[in-house]
Amino acid sequence: MIEDHQKKAEQVARGLKRRYRAEKRFRFYGIMAVAFGLLAVAVLFTDIITKGSGAFRQTYIQLTVHYDPEVLDITDLRDESQVALGNFSGVIRQGLYDRFPQFSSRNDKRELNKMISSGEGFELRDRLVENPSLLGRSETLWLVADDDIDTYFKSYGDSGGAFTGRVSETQRAVVEGLKQSGDIRLKLNTNFFTKGDSREPEQAGIWGAVVGSFFTLVITLALSFPIGVAAAIYLEEFAPRNRWTDLIEVNINNLAAVPSIIFGLLGLAIFINFFEVPRSIPVIGGLVLTLMTLPTIIITSRAAIKAVPPSIREAAIGIGASPMQVVMHHVLPLAMPGMLTGAIIGMAQALGETAPLLMIGMVAFIVDIPSGPASPATVLPVQIFLWADSPERAFVEKTSAAIMVLLAFLILMNTTAIWLRKRLERRW
Amino acid sequence: MTMTANEARDLPGAVKAVKEGYTVHDSSADYQTVGSPFVAEPKMRIRNVDVFYGSEQALFNVSVDIGKNEVIAMIGPSGCGKSTFLRSINRMNDTIDICKVSGSFILDEDDIYAKSMDVVALRARVGMVFQKPNPFPKSIYDNVAYGPKLHGLVSRKSDLDEVVETSLKRAGLWGEVKDRLLKPGTGLSGGQQQRLCIARAIAISPDVILMDEPCSALDPIATARIEELIAELSENYTIAIVTHSMQQAARVSQRTAYFHLGKLIEVNDTERVFTNPEHELTEAYITGRFG
Ligand SMILES: Nc1ncnc2c1ncn2[C@@H]1O[C@H](COP(=O)(O)OP(=O)(O)OP(=O)(O)O)[C@@H](O)[C@H]1O
Ligand SMILES: [Mg+2]
Repeated sequence: MIEDHQKKAEQVARGLKRRYRAEKRFRFYGIMAVAFGLLAVAVLFTDIITKGSGAFRQTYIQLTVHYDPEVLDITDLRDESQVALGNFSGVIRQGLYDRFPQFSSRNDKRELNKMISSGEGFELRDRLVENPSLLGRSETLWLVADDDIDTYFKSYGDSGGAFTGRVSETQRAVVEGLKQSGDIRLKLNTNFFTKGDSREPEQAGIWGAVVGSFFTLVITLALSFPIGVAAAIYLEEFAPRNRWTDLIEVNINNLAAVPSIIFGLLGLAIFINFFEVPRSIPVIGGLVLTLMTLPTIIITSRAAIKAVPPSIREAAIGIGASPMQVVMHHVLPLAMPGMLTGAIIGMAQALGETAPLLMIGMVAFIVDIPSGPASPATVLPVQIFLWADSPERAFVEKTSAAIMVLLAFLILMNTTAIWLRKRLERRW
Repeated sequence: MTMTANEARDLPGAVKAVKEGYTVHDSSADYQTVGSPFVAEPKMRIRNVDVFYGSEQALFNVSVDIGKNEVIAMIGPSGCGKSTFLRSINRMNDTIDICKVSGSFILDEDDIYAKSMDVVALRARVGMVFQKPNPFPKSIYDNVAYGPKLHGLVSRKSDLDEVVETSLKRAGLWGEVKDRLLKPGTGLSGGQQQRLCIARAIAISPDVILMDEPCSALDPIATARIEELIAELSENYTIAIVTHSMQQAARVSQRTAYFHLGKLIEVNDTERVFTNPEHELTEAYITGRFG
């Protein structure tokens, strides 16, 4: 008997070793999997950040400009058409000629003309309209350099030598001269954060897309959250269990698996071709994304409702709460954190969605900041798509910078979701 | 006054036709309860009750009275239909789709299953305490105040305060919680939670209180408190209690009903059931031969 005992102990001990080995092995696999995931994220982030961080700074050139009424061809500032047609780029050009009189040949002048961003004329116009007394006077300003100059100047200190690209001898000499006198400098790129899209990389900004995304998401949330929660409550709490509700259930799951571009086609066919709503507007984007996020919200909301302990429901019913009161007083408050988390995750998906929005024309080139949900707009991921597709080299860093902005919003939303869940979660 | 089951069939509201397609009773289904299921002064008259879960029959032709201000205990082996019976008294079974109840339940003069009977109003008259303490994840005060507010029994805050206080006092919990009324009810001990649930049930002053194994999750001391409480409550309320503990049934109840495989075998004075049961199945159960 005692021998048997020992034998058994030995057997167990042998088995134990094997079990611990298996456990160790499994833990190792787990750590490897996590490490791989982290590595992928790290590579992605470093790549994007190294490529994109440049976009947050922009080359500026300091220049004295003379608001010469003759060059501007403006006699009366109250005449709007005169102001609109004013030759402001001429003023900038004149400023450059005055600054570098040694470059006087036609060729050199043409190179000089390309130093400053062509969008800066509008900047001067706005300044003059705001402050009419400037007419006929001079002022010294930091003006945004052209994107080629920007790329060149940013690569100045690179080990492999500066990236000259399309920058000519003359322009390089000009940059050198400006650098000697401290009149060329990298400054915070305010355009990037305040402007809409532009053909000129140095004038292009992310703000238009951020606002477009905001309006689109507001519409999506305002539609999909109430509809999704109502559907979930009905299906969980009130619907009879029969073939119809089974069918609905299957189809909600199917809907969640439909590729998003199909929703875009649907939006195109129904909203734009049939109801003839204008294209490119956040309202349509929101409607399409609502179709896409609804299943997610319904499914997570149902899970949240299911997680409410049945004993709470019984207690409420037992004391005489009507089915509606059970839902409103007990089920909803307890399920709300889960529902909100689901909604935020759905919104994060919607924020990153591109394909269906391409179908409904939100891929148009839109310069103006959208003024409301019904004015043409684009959204962040589509903006990334557009910039990634642009040939100008300066758009490469803008693309990465836009990705950084998008990721920042996604991280913010997901953190909010986790925070909300932690905050609102109640324990029973 | 006693009544046979056949007489009882003619009571108002007796639902005779069970939906077609259900298994028809076999002959044993017409079993007649032995002992004294009927009393002179009934609070509830329950006659010829069949309950089906889908096509499975869980209760067979149960007829019994629950007397005014009495405590009636229901005992029987697991799965014999005690909870099913209790839950059909306040129509908790309505929430189970596949559950079909037939027969008549008369509370005072009202048919519980009549079309005109509102379940919400019914549950204000027939309260329930569950096996597992299930306070709402709200404050102690809100737990007790919930029912009165729901049914609009009080209009002023001071009245509500009073109802909460008296209910907690009756449930024997006031002394322990009066300084922490706004703390969550889920933070109490199991026994305290169960007394909170009893306070919540009596806050709406029901006529009848149903208790489904209210002490099965509690230790002996907490159980003793609740048993005392049941004795006190029976002065004002009619109580039907399901229990697995025969000692408990013996301690708290005046009459005891023994269920077996969906049939109500015997109803008698508690003392009689535990000393000299009429039916052999009851005897087998209380002497521990099964269950
Ligand atoms: N929701 C339900 N669906 C289907 N069958 C059920 C359901 N609830 C109970 N039953 C069945 O009805 C019968 C009686 O169950 P019930 O819960 O009333 O027994 P009980 O006497 O309370 O048992 P216990 O002492 O274990 O609580 C059992 O056979 C059970 O399987
Ligand atoms: Mg039970």
